[in-house]
Amino acid sequence: MLHALGTAVPALVAGGCSGPLSTLDSAGPAARDVATLWWAMLAGATLLTLLVVALLALAFLRRARQGETGAALWIGWLGLAMPGVVLLALLGSALVLGERMIARSEPGLVVVEATGHQWFWDFRQPGAEGAIATRDVLHIPAGRPVHVRIAAADVIHGFWVPRLAGKMDAIPGHVNVLRIEAAQPGVFEGQCAEFCGLDHTGHRFRVIAHDEAGWAAFQRGEGP
Amino acid sequence: MNALRRHRALTAIWGAPRGWRGTIVSVNHSDIGRRFILAAFAFFAIGGVLAMMIRAQLATPGSAFVGPDIYNQLFTMHGSIMMFLFAIPMFEGLALYLLPKMLGSRDMAFPRLSAFGWWCYLFGGSILIAALAMGVAPDGGWFMYTPLSSRAYSPGINADVWLLGITFVEISAIAAAVEITVSILKLRAPGMRLDQMPLFAWYMLITALMMIVAFPPLILGSILLEVERAFDWPFFDPARGGSPLLWQHLFWLFGHPEVYIIFLPAAGVISTVLPVMARTRILGYGWIVAALLAMAFLSFGLWVHHMFATGIPHMALGFFSAASALVAIPTAVQVFAWIGTLWNGRPELKLPMLYLLGFFLIFVIGGLTGVMLAMVPFDWQAHDTHFVVAHLHYVLVGGFVFPMMAGAYYWLPHFTGRARGGALGSAAFWLVFLGFNLTFFLMHLTGLLGMRRRVHTYSEEMGWTWLNLLSSMGSFVMAFGFALFALDVALQIFWSRRTRRNPWSAGTLEWASPIPTPAYNIASLPHVGDREPLAAQPALALKLARGEGYLAEPRHGWREAMAVESTTGAIDHIVVLPGNTRLPIVTAAMTGGFFLSLLFGFYWLAPVPLALVVVLAWRWASVLGHREDFGPLPIGHGQTAPIHREAAGAPGWWGSAFLLVADGTLLASLLFGYAFLWVVAPNWPPPARIDGGFLLGLTAAAASLAGVGLARRGLAAAEARAPIAAGRAAAGAAAAQAVCIVALLSLGVTALPAPETHAYAAAGWALLVYAALHAAIALLCTAFAGARIASGHVSGTRLLEPSVARLFSDYSGAATLIVLVCVLAPAIAP
Repeated sequence: MLHALGTAVPALVAGGCSGPLSTLDSAGPAARDVATLWWAMLAGATLLTLLVVALLALAFLRRARQGETGAALWIGWLGLAMPGVVLLALLGSALVLGERMIARSEPGLVVVEATGHQWFWDFRQPGAEGAIATRDVLHIPAGRPVHVRIAAADVIHGFWVPRLAGKMDAIPGHVNVLRIEAAQPGVFEGQCAEFCGLDHTGHRFRVIAHDEAGWAAFQRGEGP
Repeated sequence: MNALRRHRALTAIWGAPRGWRGTIVSVNHSDIGRRFILAAFAFFAIGGVLAMMIRAQLATPGSAFVGPDIYNQLFTMHGSIMMFLFAIPMFEGLALYLLPKMLGSRDMAFPRLSAFGWWCYLFGGSILIAALAMGVAPDGGWFMYTPLSSRAYSPGINADVWLLGITFVEISAIAAAVEITVSILKLRAPGMRLDQMPLFAWYMLITALMMIVAFPPLILGSILLEVERAFDWPFFDPARGGSPLLWQHLFWLFGHPEVYIIFLPAAGVISTVLPVMARTRILGYGWIVAALLAMAFLSFGLWVHHMFATGIPHMALGFFSAASALVAIPTAVQVFAWIGTLWNGRPELKLPMLYLLGFFLIFVIGGLTGVMLAMVPFDWQAHDTHFVVAHLHYVLVGGFVFPMMAGAYYWLPHFTGRARGGALGSAAFWLVFLGFNLTFFLMHLTGLLGMRRRVHTYSEEMGWTWLNLLSSMGSFVMAFGFALFALDVALQIFWSRRTRRNPWSAGTLEWASPIPTPAYNIASLPHVGDREPLAAQPALALKLARGEGYLAEPRHGWREAMAVESTTGAIDHIVVLPGNTRLPIVTAAMTGGFFLSLLFGFYWLAPVPLALVVVLAWRWASVLGHREDFGPLPIGHGQTAPIHREAAGAPGWWGSAFLLVADGTLLASLLFGYAFLWVVAPNWPPPARIDGGFLLGLTAAAASLAGVGLARRGLAAAEARAPIAAGRAAAGAAAAQAVCIVALLSLGVTALPAPETHAYAAAGWALLVYAALHAAIALLCTAFAGARIASGHVSGTRLLEPSVARLFSDYSGAATLIVLVCVLAPAIAP
């Protein structure tokens, strides 16, 4: 019984968090790390909320008057020290995490280009004989780091594949680089994150992560 | 004089006529404050209806209730209305109504300016609502990112409505900020030291100072974008050396402090109401003031956390991430000071306290998700999703709406003189509280499951269907709650039983006046020596009504208030305030005419209303003042004081100084933009730089400095009682400013490339126009001072006009020199 519950609850939680665009249903290292950070922060935030609620409830419920409580307890410990310690720890780990995610040169790196338009995406992938251009579908190899060089042709767009990594804006006149990586081959949904006008809702794209053979075939120009 | 006769005499002086005439001419702070609050609530209702339409659209997947064109207008207007037409005017109204009463005064420092701000707000807001009704409302999102909002991608009038309408409303925000600052610093009850002010006044002082610094970047951004849309000056166009990121920096330089500008007044309400509910004094007064200062300072260092996904280097983001997280510490100081206050007192669950408990839970959750979003990697995922929508509503509704509703129930007896039981009010609370959490708590998950902001529909496969349906149901429950709140307030206004003075047994001075308050607030002004004067002297209210305070005897039909030395509260002078006048509404209407002619592209017509505004401003300043010296006048308690016209540091001088702080921030933002484009924007260096122009530059600088010197000499001569020399110096100063204007504009025409060619030229032109405009203002000020010297309004003791003229000339001189250095530097740089 307990065992059944022990497997059912995580499955339910995971099931409720799955979805083609879910950041919690991660399929790459960056998205996975952020999801872990989220669950940790959720636990901490829950504890702090419960602390505040308990202190508020006690203010109304406690009967025994033991004289005035001083500023040292409330402001010194709870107001300054406690958040100071929590925030320093959080900031440090988030900084380390962010440093791991940003684009850097590394072995096996693949560089692709993405250009946002109202309302489609143009992609260029390295092929055996020059770049291969595609529209609304980005091809990458699975298990290898990919740098997406992101630009915009008209207004600001945002490149975002929630199951793989965070988002990066596509800004006219600037080129931004985002590191993404898919752990396994598969198809991942992408969407424009920055409001870009009338058809922002439909401004979507798809990322296909190939296995080694599939990527080689794509680069030779064979098949989808 | 007995209390009744004093009441009649003071009412005759301070009151407004009944009916429409009174509505148009009244400048009384209670009238204007009430109007701000009512209008803000009306705009809140409009914004709320838009929110319900958004939720109706999103309730089911694939909904066809509205199309994307209407939907984009709905969310843009919902955000813009709630920020600019609800939140800010609501606390401005509360501040205008309460501050003079809490500080033991009779009105704000610039009553006509409050009225002018009110009419600007009403007219500007009406333009936006009219556009909404006609289906041409702004549709680019409330932060109006370029280039989507540029002419090429938003050719219609929609974006112009936003830029011009909001800027029009911002005039009222700047007016209110200057007014609140000077009123708190100068117009307090004698004896009230800065560290004895009610905390609400501290909160409002910090908020107003933040507004003075935070709004100019937005006003500048709006002007630049409107100029780009209207005249093709490419500040934000990357093809010609502009940068879309410049808009984002300017917008968020305003936009983030804005969040604290909205939260702090509400926190001020909490710090006022909560101790009364707990029947004790606030814990850690000094700590709270320190926390406020820290918050105000930090809030200007974290705007980039709205731009974590724009490609700024990660280490730079780390700085802004740390600043964003650190702002949680002064917030925590306040939250725990409030909880500690509850522990120290005997809290009672009266209606305002119930709303404050709602605040605690919602705001703490919003603060914690804010810390999460301050973490860069998490923000990369959550940014621009419904998680952010949930977070910002937790912060703004929890941190503003709930405390303001607590404040509404707390101060309603003061507005109405009536009291009421709490059944309907608590029902409203539970509907709003539960509806709010149902709507927005689930929305965190919706966002993490990948639902973006600003999408008008979604498909079934995304797995967001039940979350959205529950959110929509919650939003309608919440709407019923707000309707019930409005009904309850209306019942209290019209049908409740009368209540006694100070029904909560509070300690602050607003409860010393009879309720509802007479136009003059208090029959005589108290001497204050305690943070809670009513707690220290329970009989104070009656003593003041009997005329046992300052300024108890009306004279000359003057509206008199006391001005004090800012920190010590020592008596400084008597301020004679202006009475009822049509000038504010007429000037606001002319200002509106100026904005409307820009909105409809009648650029040839725009100078006409502008010239009329100048004429009215001249009249505005010239209807006050005296041709004779009154000398020190008795103020009661055997003491005397001069009137403000015969004292140094009159409110008018302080108001001008704070206005110039805002103006200086605008110039600093413009210089920031110039440097930012130079360093960051693509397509630099420009094809052509400034070519020569040194002689004209030197001429402009020399003329401007001559203007400064002559304005100073004019003031010195007036002080030395040499009116003829003073008048001559003022005329010379005005002439020098005219030369400066001609030289500055000639410099642009002869040496700078045309502004449409490149952002460099556009920015250079913007700087020159700024300097020329300020030379024109200095010209008008010195000319006005000259006219007042000639008409005998200036004497050796009455020096307000020449000292204000000197202030504006000094500012214009400094601005002109800075502009000339920045414009001419590229000519000699390699």
